[in-house]
Amino acid sequence: MYAPHTDADVEAMLAVIGVGSLEELMRVPEAIALRDPLDIVPSLPEYQLARRFDRIAERNDGVGFRSFLGGGAYRHYAPPAITALVMRGEFLTAYTPYQAEVSQGYLQAIYEWQSYICLLTGMDVSNASVYDGATALAESAIMAINATGRRKVLVSRAVHPNYRAVLQTYCDGLDVEVDEVGYAADGTTDLAALEAAVASKQYAAIAIQSPNFFGNVDALPRITADAVRASETVIIAVVAEALSLAALAPPSEWGANIVAGEAQSFGVPVAYGGPYVGFIAATKEHLRRIPGRLAGKSVDGSGRTAYVLTLQAREQHIRRERATSNICTNQAHCALIATIYLALMGRSGLRDVASLNCKRSREAATALSSIDGIDLRFDAPFFNEFVVDFHQPAAGVLDALARREILGGIDLGRYYPELRTCALVTATELTTSGDIAALATALEEEARGRAVV
Amino acid sequence: MAAPSSDRTATPVIFELGSEGRANRYVEPGEPLENFLPSEALRADLPLPNHSELDVVRHYTRLSQRTFGIDLGFYPLGSCTMKYNPRINDAMASKPEFAQLHPYTPDAHAQGALAVMYELERNLSSLFGMAAFSLNPAAGAHAELTALLIAKRYFRDRGETKRDKVIVPDTAHGTNPASAAMCGFHVISLPSDERGRVSVEALSQVVGDDTAVCMMTNPNTLGLFEESIAAVAAAVHAAGGLMYYDGANANALMGNARPGDMGFDLMHLNTHKTFTIPHGGGGAGHGPIGVAAHLVDYLPTPVVVATERGGDASGAPSDRLTFRLDFDRPKSIGPVRSFWSNFAHAVRALAYIYANGAEGLTRVSQLAVLNANYLRVKIAEFLETPYAEICRHEFVVSAQSLKRETGVRALDIAKALLDRGFMAPTMYFPLIVPECLMIEPTETESKETLDEFVDALREIVSRAHSAPDELFAAPVTTVVGRVDETLAARRPDLRWEARGQQEKDPSTEKKVTKVNF
Amino acid sequence: MGRPEELLYSKEHEWVRVDGDTATIGITDYAADSMGDVVYVELPKVGAGVKQFGTAGVVESVKAVSDLYAPVAGEVVEINDTLENDPAAVNKDPFGSGWLFKVKLAGGAPPEGLLDAGEYERLTA
Repeated sequence: MYAPHTDADVEAMLAVIGVGSLEELMRVPEAIALRDPLDIVPSLPEYQLARRFDRIAERNDGVGFRSFLGGGAYRHYAPPAITALVMRGEFLTAYTPYQAEVSQGYLQAIYEWQSYICLLTGMDVSNASVYDGATALAESAIMAINATGRRKVLVSRAVHPNYRAVLQTYCDGLDVEVDEVGYAADGTTDLAALEAAVASKQYAAIAIQSPNFFGNVDALPRITADAVRASETVIIAVVAEALSLAALAPPSEWGANIVAGEAQSFGVPVAYGGPYVGFIAATKEHLRRIPGRLAGKSVDGSGRTAYVLTLQAREQHIRRERATSNICTNQAHCALIATIYLALMGRSGLRDVASLNCKRSREAATALSSIDGIDLRFDAPFFNEFVVDFHQPAAGVLDALARREILGGIDLGRYYPELRTCALVTATELTTSGDIAALATALEEEARGRAVV
Repeated sequence: MAAPSSDRTATPVIFELGSEGRANRYVEPGEPLENFLPSEALRADLPLPNHSELDVVRHYTRLSQRTFGIDLGFYPLGSCTMKYNPRINDAMASKPEFAQLHPYTPDAHAQGALAVMYELERNLSSLFGMAAFSLNPAAGAHAELTALLIAKRYFRDRGETKRDKVIVPDTAHGTNPASAAMCGFHVISLPSDERGRVSVEALSQVVGDDTAVCMMTNPNTLGLFEESIAAVAAAVHAAGGLMYYDGANANALMGNARPGDMGFDLMHLNTHKTFTIPHGGGGAGHGPIGVAAHLVDYLPTPVVVATERGGDASGAPSDRLTFRLDFDRPKSIGPVRSFWSNFAHAVRALAYIYANGAEGLTRVSQLAVLNANYLRVKIAEFLETPYAEICRHEFVVSAQSLKRETGVRALDIAKALLDRGFMAPTMYFPLIVPECLMIEPTETESKETLDEFVDALREIVSRAHSAPDELFAAPVTTVVGRVDETLAARRPDLRWEARGQQEKDPSTEKKVTKVNF
Repeated sequence: MGRPEELLYSKEHEWVRVDGDTATIGITDYAADSMGDVVYVELPKVGAGVKQFGTAGVVESVKAVSDLYAPVAGEVVEINDTLENDPAAVNKDPFGSGWLFKVKLAGGAPPEGLLDAGEYERLTA
């Protein structure tokens, strides 16, 4: 209970209103009145509440394990200065900045976020954020559908399986068909199949992720991008590991018209799946189709620089059923985290982190592939994650590793039946040589144990 | 009373600060990227500024000082439930066992997180009278979309594909019609009656065998309780449609009445409103969606399921259960987001429920309604309240007669409130009330604060008669005055660009062009 | 502002200037004033066919958005490109430089179902 009312306050206020009791104020028709007692956890004083959560939190023993998990959620180092800043009450307890005059700070931070995303992706414009990477893809597909008038969307099977599933969910609502294009032997999108598919000129968009779900660089070569452009199909570049933008050619350079991304890597905790921060950036031709908030720079009556939410006629509160999207609340606070992360890291810090991710993941890949019976599944260049083939069901291997307090990777069988012997293994700057050695040793011992049996 | 005086000189954007040679040592210097990746895959440059940590801390501290939050003052933003955000919630959410848990952690090693989701789900179901909740949607609008996707799938399974209409009252939040359109539904706007309610008569004109869903909030956005809700629900159900409850206004009835008992089949909550999750300047939100028994199978994946594990009978019920994420739900609409939930917010919402218990939550709504009615009666002494009756958690006032008499509009009142240290109410919504201000005080504000707000508003109204020009000029104590929104929209400047870049191609800079294909 | 007598008007507040088989179309001062500052105009494509009273585009102000209806049927032969950079012309000079698009009239017959200046004056009085 965080209400300040004394009994005397309540009495005095009821008297002003002219009703006898709180119950009278709350009266509803008999037919819909509350009958059964509520089945709610007991009220606890704050120190006991904290103990209750200590007890619950202990059951998350996986937090203490050595982890090689990635696949769209990445453990990266986040300087404590971020938390110190974003937990300031002015940021934390503000609403969406509708009243610009008392929201200049937050509006400027959103403008800075939009600018960072444009600089990283090479796009002209970015929105103030969407829920996450998967919904960014779905909303980008809707932009392409509206731009082209076509009712089919093409997506690479190397795009994150959860993103593809969400795209399917959204497209079901709009009665839009989703087709998939497969991946080639090297673990990148099958370009011949892609070119053949778009040539039919029936797709609003092709969505392709780089680095893709297997960790491989999957940027379109120029000739393919040209073929897609010739078919008037929108190229949606999906970025699930935003840190890769510090190293890899920006999607603008390989033909993307829209970039649908997830910026969790920029200082946002993995937090069992959320909240994260999606973004949509695009070439300026698509500006008016971008969903969600946009902060713009303007002036006040005295000519002072002033920021304000703008182009609001796209949005639900004005356009209602014809809005570009229904999105209202987005992920502003996570976008603020990411903005401050980028400011702290800067160009050099971000490059260093990207380089360390490449280095550690290559060390891990070398260590694992030197074990008998374990191979790298693909040979395309990768960023900070890669696919290993255990040549036996990956689920069993990963279970055995978990018993040794190692989270060895993601079982690809849950998404790709043909890859049921494979796992996606991720290493970041937080992965130590000790982690890699422990994983390699455990896999060797498991292999020996099986050989003995 | 005035807003804290601030530095009025503009704060440069982060890109205009910094120095090339500066670097923080958060990680050790890395090898050249060419050592790891083919050069054709690499980017040529990374045009981001380098800063010292102190410069970054000062920059964003200054930006925070140019931002108004609940922690600074009263925030009576109607329909947004801006109540105090208890810090214990954040402390619990940032426990490392929660914050550092990866979403792909095997269920067996994430039992604590699953217990949080399970406990929250069970508590919300009881509190709102639904069979089950899904914690997946990331915000209220996302939950609306999820619910309408469920409705669409439900009718498809029943072979009732001609149900393509969604009925939305004219007082509804703008997200309602926008969500309906994202599911291919046609929106029918239902006019409110002279008492500001949905009438069964008006509804009967539009409800029929093409009705899919009727979306309502109760109390509605005028703050009025829809007393005939049971009859409305009966009429929609008789026609074969589903009832949807927009939970943006749930703070008005939590623990006192339940959407499930009113006949709603689907609902959402904005736990970032009702359950004290900080709004963070526009999210992240959290929009659990509740369903009646006949719709449980359609909930988005994954769903947390529990099985008995026996053992210690002394602990909380959830301590005796084992949980797993269930992805294998053949009737489900599928997933609606990358990962399972805005989990950190589920922790916050559960902490709030623990802090209050059933009695506390019930009293929260009672005091929220008490505060709103107290304000309404006091403000009615000097401003028009178009619906002069007991309201729930919020109410509307209209500046229409004031505007006629003095030229002062709702917008001017809002801006004048900013000068007096208050956040402005929601303006010009709902659309059916001219010169509307929508006021929601919430239960965490004291009588003293409400009295100060009334005094400020009274003074503004009296000034409207004596010195209206002062109000037209407001706000004057803030770091900037009224912002030129027309310029912002006509010549969109949505990002910083290096000066050289801007000069390169002035003809396309900041120009709005149309889509080419 | 006096409204040009020679124009035809629609109930949706568009005006039409017929010149041979070509009709120039805009929105009236009444429409522009009630929308407030126009910030963006989405026009049909040159070559597109429009139906009489069918939607042909969108006019946006800061806080409102309104459909643009074609008061006459035909093929779009020209659009006012200058509005991309100067949407304010719709407010400043709705019957002149703020014109929106030109249509080659279908069938060549003069359009029906429209109001003359006097009738439109009464509609908006």
